[in-house]
Amino acid sequence: MRYLLRRLGTLVPVAIGVATLTFAMIHLVPGDPVVAMLGETAAPADVAGLRHQLGLDRPIGEQYVDFLAGLMRGNLGESISYHRPVAGLIAERFPATLELTIAGLVVGVLVAFPLGIVSGANPGGPADLGAMGFAILGISIPHIYLGPLLMIVFSLDLRWFPLTGRGGLAHLVLPAVTLGTALAAVIARMLRQSLVVVRESDYMRTARSKGRGAMAALLIHGLRNAMTSVVTLVGLQAGALLTGALITEMIFSWPGIGRLLIGAIGARDYPLVEGCVLTFAFTYVVVNMATDLLYGIVDPRVRLE
Amino acid sequence: MKGMARNPSLTVGTAIVAMLLLVAALGPLAARSDPTAINLAESLARPGIGHPFGCDALGRDVFARVMYGARLSLGVSLSVVALSLVVGSLVGAIAGLAGGWIDETIMRAVDIVLAFPGILLAIALAAILGPGIVDLIVALSAMGWTTYARLVRGELLSLRERDYVQAAHVLGASPSRVVIRHLLPAVAGPMAVQATFGVGGIVAAEAALSFLGLGAMPPTPSWGNMLDAGRAFMLVAPYLTMAPGIAIGVTILGFNLLGDGLAQLAGTRS
Repeated sequence: MRYLLRRLGTLVPVAIGVATLTFAMIHLVPGDPVVAMLGETAAPADVAGLRHQLGLDRPIGEQYVDFLAGLMRGNLGESISYHRPVAGLIAERFPATLELTIAGLVVGVLVAFPLGIVSGANPGGPADLGAMGFAILGISIPHIYLGPLLMIVFSLDLRWFPLTGRGGLAHLVLPAVTLGTALAAVIARMLRQSLVVVRESDYMRTARSKGRGAMAALLIHGLRNAMTSVVTLVGLQAGALLTGALITEMIFSWPGIGRLLIGAIGARDYPLVEGCVLTFAFTYVVVNMATDLLYGIVDPRVRLE
Repeated sequence: MKGMARNPSLTVGTAIVAMLLLVAALGPLAARSDPTAINLAESLARPGIGHPFGCDALGRDVFARVMYGARLSLGVSLSVVALSLVVGSLVGAIAGLAGGWIDETIMRAVDIVLAFPGILLAIALAAILGPGIVDLIVALSAMGWTTYARLVRGELLSLRERDYVQAAHVLGASPSRVVIRHLLPAVAGPMAVQATFGVGGIVAAEAALSFLGLGAMPPTPSWGNMLDAGRAFMLVAPYLTMAPGIAIGVTILGFNLLGDGLAQLAGTRS
């Protein structure tokens, strides 16, 4: 419990830091957003007008304090292109991104376990070579090629799944596979490594000599032992998974935060860009904390620290 | 020869990376056509003599574009890794050697940069800085330096306690001599491994940014923007995306294998 509270306490400075860096990027990096919005040829009076309307003519310190105060109340300002509060837009799209990310994670884990077990149980065998070959392919193929490839084969050619958009489970399959393949490959490689090490260990010899079948012993002891590493790895891959979701959303026209962000960048809608960036970063920070806490559950030794 | 059989990752990785560097350096010479020359008569032409990978919707030679794309992709990625390596090492060295509140402040700043997942920081910066090669390099480096900073700091903290470093101190070696003679060579190995993996990661990130329209802008050929443009024609002309798609995959594979191989090499030595 104390561990939980202490871990929660570290969230606050990181969150303030993330908000500050995002604010600084948008407000201090060279380049005038208002000129960018209106175009180089805009009349100076129009530029000044819009700047005043957006509150950009006030001192930077005042804007920053307002921004942080708004953030505390869940107010992310008004979107310029949608003429609606940014927080509302994000709340509408967030479930779609969450759904895609979780689906990617599920695909990653579901594919990784059989592959990792098949290779780790018999290293050097044909199944091992096949599974690890697939893993190398999975790590190397970029989302931006895998996604369109899956679209051609499974939706345009075989017509098994819809091409784009969000809907039922059928809509989710191709985006989830696009997103989850790299994760599956990384976890499968790690599982294999972990099982190979466990096979050689003393306690496995004990388990086998007790009369357990080699495979059962490997699965029971080996997998239990590998769980900490899987949790660590998923935590490490969470960032790649989140921005992978962003790119996957663009490929499959998936109506989530990623597509909202890229659209906002195109429309020079800086309040919306700011809101989307913050949402991704805060989600990531929370996910990281959750994996840390999950550690404590999977591996009791962590709690003692 | 014996090393080759023992470390196939190193062998294959070195071969692929060497081939890629050769392609980036000489490929544009081999491609006789101008990668930006529009020829609508050959729009979506199939692969054949003259155009080994076919032509895109504007009739531009895909082979030439992939070759020039290799130059851009590797040029940008190697620059980003070099810049990240220098900045990250300096910051990490300052933190690790200074210690105290300087270390504490620097590492908190690193934590904040790391709170931005994956390529988000690069996307945000590229969006604000605008499209362009230099801006792309800056945006990707802003994301990349933290890994090296953490690595150098961690290595320095553990090396500081080693007997031979302590001995050098006791014998009266100046701090700068200790850094140059003893610490730098020890850090170089892990850094080389990290940087090699880093190139693969940046190639993927650069392609993703260009795909999203935040990196190299058309008509400049980049693997990422070729994939984006070719998507619309995947059913009628799959060769438009196949060439850049495979190029990205092979590049990532090559640098990953080389990284694995180098890590294995460093592991067996120590």
